[in-house]
Amino acid sequence: MKYFESAEQALSCVESGQTIMVGGFGLVGGPLTLIDELVEYDVNDLTIISNNLGEKGEGLGKLLEYNKIKKAIGSYFTGNKDVGEALLQGKIEVQLLPQGTLAEAIRAGGAGIGGFYTKTSVGTALAEGKETKVIDGEEYVFEKALKADVAIIRAHKADKLGNLIYYKTARNFNPLMATAAKVVIAEVDEIVEVGDLGSDEIVTPHLFVDRIIIAEKILTREGVKVR
Amino acid sequence: MSNMQEIIAKRAAKELEKNQIVNLGIGIPTLVANYIEGDDVFFHTENGMLGVVDVEEENIDPNLVNAGKFPVGEGLGASYFDSAASFGMIRGGHVDVAILGVLQIDEHARIANYAIPGKTILGVGGAMDLLVGAKKVIVTTTHTAKDGKSKILKDCTFPITTTRSADIIITNLAVFKYIDGVLHLTELMPGATLEQVEAHTEAAFINSLERGQ
Repeated sequence: MKYFESAEQALSCVESGQTIMVGGFGLVGGPLTLIDELVEYDVNDLTIISNNLGEKGEGLGKLLEYNKIKKAIGSYFTGNKDVGEALLQGKIEVQLLPQGTLAEAIRAGGAGIGGFYTKTSVGTALAEGKETKVIDGEEYVFEKALKADVAIIRAHKADKLGNLIYYKTARNFNPLMATAAKVVIAEVDEIVEVGDLGSDEIVTPHLFVDRIIIAEKILTREGVKVR
Repeated sequence: MSNMQEIIAKRAAKELEKNQIVNLGIGIPTLVANYIEGDDVFFHTENGMLGVVDVEEENIDPNLVNAGKFPVGEGLGASYFDSAASFGMIRGGHVDVAILGVLQIDEHARIANYAIPGKTILGVGGAMDLLVGAKKVIVTTTHTAKDGKSKILKDCTFPITTTRSADIIITNLAVFKYIDGVLHLTELMPGATLEQVEAHTEAAFINSLERGQ
């Protein structure tokens, strides 16, 4: 059974120095319960792959506040002013990727592909030092795939096998990250019986999912609340 | 939003054609949706949705947002997809029009909109992908920066976001089209004069205004 009673138990596989993928676009679709538990966990020097580092003091912003992040790989850190300060103070390293490159690198990592060529960022500061190649007369830049030790993701519903469906724009990076880590922990609103999710509707088949918990922290109109 | 920004957005809306797939950036581009009739075009947002519409205050869903993290609604026939599929649509040339704001733009219509020199680059989001992949790029911007300096320059002093040229630039003073490697002034905005445009544009351009305008 993949169901874990608590976020604490589900995160038992996380160790210092690991690379962790974290789903979400800002707080939307972020595994807010698992992130908050990770803040309490006795681990540090984490490399976090996530589009953003939450907001100031919220979501992954908390993990940053607690100095548990060594390096952040993502596309848009401007929304959390703490990231710039941590970088200036030499507390963290930042690797910035265009958002589409970030998504594709995770997809490639999960699909057994070592990297790919994209036109995005050609001729800009973000392509500096990267291999380029002319294909059919157009220049492309090489981007390496991304993989992780652990992915913590947010889905809407799981069945007891671990099949997942998502909710509206809370989907974003979650199904990609579900494919690209050694251990995948999904936080969901509800766990249903096998057969209750339509087989045509399942977005992440259960073979990708290792651990499931019920979400305790949810995003509401008034912000993050305990359910 | 100021009247100036509304006027720019209204003019940009005229560039859109029925049934186009359109991606709107943050700021003035977001306002363009206010000047589109009903379901004439389909709005795409890079965080994974096609069929974005406005949402009434009472129907706001915290898990339904656009790329600016603002609440949006779901139109009839809308769909959701993951970020890789979303950017596949963008890079793969399936998005017809991207409308976006700039910090600066040069005389080859190359945009700088993600970084300021001397400051650490901390955010790029989907801008580079959109500029590479969208079939048509429309820039909406105030003609000058807050300090009064032209945003339409000979060369950008900020890092460029792409080597691809935008197709059209719409400001509070004028409309420029980028044709065969040159900026053409094609329209003056209401109340603007050619002298004003000349005074506030550093980039070289050809005056292609119709006679009498």
